[in-house]
Amino acid sequence: MIAGEERIRAAFAAAEAEGRAALMPYMMAGFPDREAGLAVAAAYVDAGADLIELGVPFSDPLADGPAIHAADTKALAGGATLRTALEVCEAVADRVPVVLMVYVNMVLAHGGGAEFAKLARAAGAAGAIVPDLPLGEDEGIRDAFHEAGLAMVPLVAPTTPPDRRARIGAVAKGFVYLVSTVGTTGERGELAPELAELVAATKADAGETPVAVGFGIGTPAQVGEVGKVADGVIIGSRLVRAADEGGSPAGAADAVAEFLAEARVALDG
Amino acid sequence: MSPVEQRFGPYGGRYVPETLIAALDELTAAWEEARDDPSFNARQDALRRDFVGRPTPLYLAERLSERVGSRVYLKREDLAHTGAHKINNALGQTLLAQRMGKRRIIAETGAGQHGVATATACALLGLECVVYMGTEDIRRQAPNVERMRLLGAEVAPVEAGARTLKEAVSAAIRDWVANVDTTHYVIGSAVGPAPYPALVRDLQRVIGEEARAQALAAEGALPRRVIACVGGGSNAIGIFAPFVEDAEVALVGVEAGGDGIASGRHGASLGAGQTGVLHGSLSAVLSDEDGQILEAHSVSAGLDYPGTGPEHAWLRDTGRASYVAVDDDGALGALRELARLEGIIPALESSHAVAWLLENPLQGDGFDLLCLSGRGDKDLAEYTRRTSAA
Ligand SMILES: Cc1ncc(COP(=O)(O)O)c(C=O)c1O
Repeated sequence: MIAGEERIRAAFAAAEAEGRAALMPYMMAGFPDREAGLAVAAAYVDAGADLIELGVPFSDPLADGPAIHAADTKALAGGATLRTALEVCEAVADRVPVVLMVYVNMVLAHGGGAEFAKLARAAGAAGAIVPDLPLGEDEGIRDAFHEAGLAMVPLVAPTTPPDRRARIGAVAKGFVYLVSTVGTTGERGELAPELAELVAATKADAGETPVAVGFGIGTPAQVGEVGKVADGVIIGSRLVRAADEGGSPAGAADAVAEFLAEARVALDG
Repeated sequence: MSPVEQRFGPYGGRYVPETLIAALDELTAAWEEARDDPSFNARQDALRRDFVGRPTPLYLAERLSERVGSRVYLKREDLAHTGAHKINNALGQTLLAQRMGKRRIIAETGAGQHGVATATACALLGLECVVYMGTEDIRRQAPNVERMRLLGAEVAPVEAGARTLKEAVSAAIRDWVANVDTTHYVIGSAVGPAPYPALVRDLQRVIGEEARAQALAAEGALPRRVIACVGGGSNAIGIFAPFVEDAEVALVGVEAGGDGIASGRHGASLGAGQTGVLHGSLSAVLSDEDGQILEAHSVSAGLDYPGTGPEHAWLRDTGRASYVAVDDDGALGALRELARLEGIIPALESSHAVAWLLENPLQGDGFDLLCLSGRGDKDLAEYTRRTSAA
């Protein structure tokens, strides 16, 4: 098992030992600004996050809905770059595994798979999600990540055909990221009714590799519900909104901590 | 027939969220089937003839020829129904969508020409139509917004970023990710994830096929140069494609020089960009060292795009085609020049190609073929604003 994967798997195992799914909050680096981003990351660790998904601000985030897109735009307007995200990673990676969420053009612009992985590993990142690099495109990037010890976490969608899902499960390292609904990121009123079934099928394909569910999970009740079937629960837009409403670095940290505390209670359920 | 290309050299591919992969597979299979189906082609041919008005004329522009000192033929896509080449693609894709059983059509538009073409095809076929358009382009191309609404389409304003074509494409892709079961995305140029660049080229190829035959009939020879403007690259790839094997024919793509390449404010991704991923394919893009996509700048909304089709990037690398740039002032001047010389008001996009020709007359024998991709009615307000402010 490569280094980053070991780190991620240990986090899932620790949560499982407590009889619950892993709590996996998402954040955008440099959002609402550099300081507040660092405060949010620290708050995630203090609130008991098992793993942090760290968004790298990008100009054209196609997999993201309005809330996260707006956060990208604001972070970039504040001068954020990959460096800003790596700084957040460095600050918390010794306490909790960090998985970068980064669009492929940024990987290419920073020298390609091998060079990017070196930067990410040096900052302590355990894995990376590249939402616009589906199975079958530029396999060299995945190979280079794994070579460097950075786990490439693939996505599975409700529209992914079963044979393809099995192939994705076979190459996954760290965990499989199951997209809960057909659509971009963003809070949803309802979870998809077929979600439990989809999680079960994905887990069957993933074998030993854990399956975490994200996109659209925005209330503690939804966290609890998804936690019953999945190995991990990813909370994105809801926390991005909380960070924005916080007003100051301390306010942002308080706002996300408050939501995560409720989410943790729901998971422990 | 050979399979629909996924890549052109290293370029192209499908750099999209996993949610769309199944739909792209479905689209690829549907197109491979439809393009070889005589009944599909018969229907498309009939509509091209009776509805679009194809073949469009190949016109020997005598006064322009006199001005540049050699014969110039204009391929009159401005005379196609709705006033630009965009209808070729919109009609083909909506016919394909209908065949696939998709009743909801989405599109993006910059100049409004692709939006109008898609709204028109949807009216013709009775399909629901939503067109994403940046609010800056809504301002610049107001007449086309009215046309789309009149045709029954919903124009969805996009406020993100510079409020132009790039953001409109992103908004359309996000809509498609959310509604992929019921919806077909009619992308407006030879860009996007595979199979779109090949699909759009196949549908625009009619420009070059007609022009090649018309040129041979008129001159008994092939043109020395084929010249077209390049935004996403659909009119250019459409007219280039049938000439690619004719090694003696030079292919020249004209990109938007905006305020000048040196200013950094332009749309010349092939000439002055990087290799990167925008809107699902690896191609030439305008991007900074951190990997952020930059805003393009052009007086013409249809060339105001920081990327280009992957097949053009490959034609550039292999040396088969060359890509040059003309700045805003050159295009504005050429619009006026062609209007005065030929009684044809070209689109600001097409005016870039005309401007390059005016500055680079053919040396020696032979003749030029230039794709007049669209008419300029939509640009009158912008033309007046830009030329009276100066
Ligand atoms: C008349 C006309 N020509 C050219 C273009 C540029 O697109 P493409 O490069 O795909 O032909 C447009 C785009 O809107 C257009 O309206």
